[in-house]
Amino acid sequence: MRAPDTNDILLEVERVVLSFGGVKALRDVSFNIRKGEIRAIIGPNGAGKTSMLNVINGFYRPNHGAITFKGRTRAKMQPFEAARGGIARTFQNVALFKGMSALDNIMAGRTLKVRRGLLWQVLRLGPALAEEVEHRRKVEEIIDFLEIETIRKVPVGRLPYGLQKRVELGRALAMEPDLLLLDEPMAGMNLEEKEDMSRFIIDVNNHYGTTIALIEHDMAVVMDLSDRVAVLDHGVKIADGTPDEVKRSQVVIDAYLGVAH
Amino acid sequence: MLYREAGQFKTTYAEDMAIFPIRQDRIALAILVGIAFIGVPLLATFHVWPFGSDYLLWAILLPFLILALAAIGTNILVGYCGQISLGSGAFMAIGAYSAYKLATGVHIPLASLGFAIAIPPLPVLASILLGGLMSAGVGILFGIPSLRIKGLYLAVATLAAQFFFDWAFLRLPWFTNYAPSGSVNAPELDFFGVVVRTPVERYLLCLLFVTVLAVLAKNLVRGNLGRQWMAIRDMDIAAELIGIRPLYAKLTAFAVSSFIIGVAGALWGFVYLGSWEPLAFSIERSLDLLFMVIIGGLGSIMGSFIGAAFILIVPILLNVLPTELGLPLSTQTITHLQFIIFGSLICYLLIKEPHGFARLISIGKEKLRLWPFPY
Repeated sequence: MRAPDTNDILLEVERVVLSFGGVKALRDVSFNIRKGEIRAIIGPNGAGKTSMLNVINGFYRPNHGAITFKGRTRAKMQPFEAARGGIARTFQNVALFKGMSALDNIMAGRTLKVRRGLLWQVLRLGPALAEEVEHRRKVEEIIDFLEIETIRKVPVGRLPYGLQKRVELGRALAMEPDLLLLDEPMAGMNLEEKEDMSRFIIDVNNHYGTTIALIEHDMAVVMDLSDRVAVLDHGVKIADGTPDEVKRSQVVIDAYLGVAH
Repeated sequence: MLYREAGQFKTTYAEDMAIFPIRQDRIALAILVGIAFIGVPLLATFHVWPFGSDYLLWAILLPFLILALAAIGTNILVGYCGQISLGSGAFMAIGAYSAYKLATGVHIPLASLGFAIAIPPLPVLASILLGGLMSAGVGILFGIPSLRIKGLYLAVATLAAQFFFDWAFLRLPWFTNYAPSGSVNAPELDFFGVVVRTPVERYLLCLLFVTVLAVLAKNLVRGNLGRQWMAIRDMDIAAELIGIRPLYAKLTAFAVSSFIIGVAGALWGFVYLGSWEPLAFSIERSLDLLFMVIIGGLGSIMGSFIGAAFILIVPILLNVLPTELGLPLSTQTITHLQFIIFGSLICYLLIKEPHGFARLISIGKEKLRLWPFPY
């Protein structure tokens, strides 16, 4: 069993406030993610989980608060800068490049690692070709790992949902991220697909040592996979701790089941 | 039965990433290139059928090659990067007029500053390539709005480019070296001492340009930059989240596309027309190029060739066929027929097969691999 060997903080979210007009999506949320752990963010619908991920990778700019990633604090950031910093992400509703094959989608994930510029790529000779082959080799490792060898040349638009989710995970892995944000990786999957996906998440964490933050509604999965769980409700963090602690917390039970007033 | 890839094993990734990984395709391409580079010139030199007169070379093959090149450029922007452009004609014009100015010598009198910029006439090859670069520069300029606006609104912005340059080349006499008629004559096509004059030589020159640029364009679109363009086209938000900078991806697409279109424009002026007026690069040219790309196949280099051939050959067939069949149609009817056929074909393709003829061919090839079995 893997355990985060250090208490190194990879990402620190401090007192983040995010509002859209009068709607407060996040109110004063603070939490941290330790290096090497699997961190779950749960909460009822509309609790602000996806907004939290969007703030972390620069998609939304928080109204207040600070985010410290790898020791560097920043207020605003463009999404591609977050990517450059080592944050990868998958989406709740798959966001693949529909016209491209599974292989090209994952190859596109290598963009930040490409060193040769336009003029070399035009010629596609010598170092440029060698680099392309090297990226292909890395991508094939990921394809092997995710067991999608047979579909590598199929346009992703033609793939079933479960496989699309896997290709999307592959694209995120191709970036060799330090922090991987998974937004409901198991939404809409059957039991078997969920088991596969859980296995991949644990393997990514073990094998590549990637820190993972995931949003998920399937409590069994969350409790089995994660090291620590943060619970959001109406934009407020109501609980934070190990799965066991969270499971026993009365506030969390109330948030999920509702309380009589 | 012949089209099987059984037994063709690839042992390296480089082999698998080749343009034509299937052997039969490579053989077919080799035959095609052989015919284009050796067969056609030989037949044309000895005036063997169907090259009895120069009609086929002048009226079909030469414009086909140059327009196919321009279509490749348009396809990079519209098909690969998803930025609709109605200004391709303008970029052809920029290529042509820049090449013309550079080949005849540039003289910019800056009287108020007390000096003049003077560039002596450049060799033809340098002029053509620099004309392409000039077009790329202007392309980048007109690509900047694409960072803010998308789709139809961007199309309108590129339309502005079209009208602006139509106007500029017509009204500013500096561009035409103060020619009273407004038309300009291409310089002698002297390539390092080899002067290109006859139709066959012109054909070979264009073929060379098209082949080289098509291969280079193919290299780009199947490399990382091409994947960046397609990622921006398919889902720009997700593209940004994997580290693609929209600024870089879009502007490189504009630059590469305009460069190719600019070179095609210079060839159109220098090699095909010989002398031309701004009308040669009007909005109709832009629309033609867009149709070629849509009919041939968005996001396909081969589709650009098919589209160019189709747009060129259908009008000619419509002219020739009815008379051959003993059904003489008036010129007006033929023009109308042309509109009807193009219009309905574009509607049909956009609905049924947005990737055009190129996709139809690749579907056909997939079926052929299994033929005579359905799967």
